[in-house]
Amino acid sequence: MGITFRKETFRDDYTFRNSPEHIRRFPFPFNEDAYMYAVNIEPHVVGPKGSVLENLIDVDEHYVAEMQDRALVLAEDPLRCQSLPHMTLAGWDLLELLMEQQALGYPEHFTLERNGDRWRWINRPLGIDDTFTFGDTATLPYGPMEYITRQSQGDFCILDQRDGNLWMDAGMVTTQADWSLDFDIGMNFFEWHAPVPLAHEKGIFTRALKFLTNIQQGKPARRLNWTMTINPRLDTSPENYHKWGPDRATVTPENVGQKVHLRVELQSFWRLPRSNAIVFPIRCYLIKMDELVTQPKWARRLHRVIRDLPEELATYKGLTRYRPTLVEWLSKLDDGSPTSPGFGPD
Amino acid sequence: MAAKTIISRPIYGTLSPQPGKHHLFIADAEGALAITDMAGKAPPGFFDGAEIDFIPGPEGKHIAALEALKPAQLHLSPSFASLLPRLKQTLTNAHMGLRLYLAGTEGLIGQAMQVALEAGMDHTSMQTEHRGSLARRMQCVHCKGITENVTTQPALCSHCGLLLLVRDHYSRRLAAFQGVCINAEDRSEIPPMEETFP
Repeated sequence: MGITFRKETFRDDYTFRNSPEHIRRFPFPFNEDAYMYAVNIEPHVVGPKGSVLENLIDVDEHYVAEMQDRALVLAEDPLRCQSLPHMTLAGWDLLELLMEQQALGYPEHFTLERNGDRWRWINRPLGIDDTFTFGDTATLPYGPMEYITRQSQGDFCILDQRDGNLWMDAGMVTTQADWSLDFDIGMNFFEWHAPVPLAHEKGIFTRALKFLTNIQQGKPARRLNWTMTINPRLDTSPENYHKWGPDRATVTPENVGQKVHLRVELQSFWRLPRSNAIVFPIRCYLIKMDELVTQPKWARRLHRVIRDLPEELATYKGLTRYRPTLVEWLSKLDDGSPTSPGFGPD
Repeated sequence: MAAKTIISRPIYGTLSPQPGKHHLFIADAEGALAITDMAGKAPPGFFDGAEIDFIPGPEGKHIAALEALKPAQLHLSPSFASLLPRLKQTLTNAHMGLRLYLAGTEGLIGQAMQVALEAGMDHTSMQTEHRGSLARRMQCVHCKGITENVTTQPALCSHCGLLLLVRDHYSRRLAAFQGVCINAEDRSEIPPMEETFP
């Protein structure tokens, strides 16, 4: 049985919802009652059936709606997808990876047929059936990175590896948590992370870079990151901050459950075979508070995490304006009882 | 130099004479003094193979001091924009081993470096020295317009008019600091504008 894709929006009337099954599979990012940065990288291996890790590239009920939202963002601002001239080969690498993984995990929705360099790609949810020559950009309607990432959930950064560093030299970034590909393209690992507070001093980025530059083909890695978003808005870009920023001032005790969303990024890291680049998919999962608190353990834990978050992190994540309202609302769902270890719901 | 810094913010040094026969200096205003200070450490004949492209600015100072160095070429430009075509031509036709020295305001250093990077030079092979105004070149992340010579915090975008926080986050590719709307969440909050980058 295939996925039933929801018809929903991530803007204007915000009809985005998670089904009960998708609430249970939400990648809740806190395995204890407090949060601080850590190099929380682990091997990206297949996880339990029914989880977001059932396949290494996850496709879910929001797929079609997310791809429609991406098309709207790109029509408004084509600079969200950029690739420096030396990155075309890495784009083909990424196209191969995403076609293979999506066809492997969801054969009822995606089919890849290969006959030498002649490839046929069928994407049933989006009504695409294209035949093209692998490596020949003229045979696709877009460059290879843009073509396949218009058909894959999550943002994608392709990092060129040279001089012992990683360089943000290509990307499709339409669902970002407040950073600008157009500004950061061409920067190295330390430069594009420069605005992140606290983590540099802790040596996080030095250790993370060492790990990432050693990633081997066929052995991807992953980590979780999180922030919060008001309204289920995928495009929380700095480009449009003056449009979505005012939403942060609209949170009231009455609307917390519907307006405030936990936003979790499942970040994975893959070595690409021909270009030796690293691709860094940033898959975004949203869940509104009313959905999240259907799992009592998550409600109790999130209350404690948000309440005790260091001020610098709260500021960096943009929570300052509505944190008191959110903590007060969550506190009513926290009876002080212990939470079980691990991420999952009880 | 601003006291607080982050990793993407450029770090400038002090010009020092590099080995080689071909030297290209690009400077504006007080940047001339970085060149004359360096000249004291340069070997005899150093400026015989040197070109100095200088943007004196409104005060028009330091021209005589540069002439006194007797460079092979001293070229004066009224603005960076007017220097740009010549600079692109020079860098495109440059010998391997051309040494590049950039001195003056951050806007000048950044824009000259941007042209040199596009011409295939590595940013670590360029000598830089910051002199004079702390004014910043800023890109508005919202409308993408560049505002030159920003001296205040916050600053108005000269294109779209939003009130922007001038961040320390810097892009060499754009030769600009990032400006992000400072009162996006509540437009009625108008923080006072201070002369932060005089």
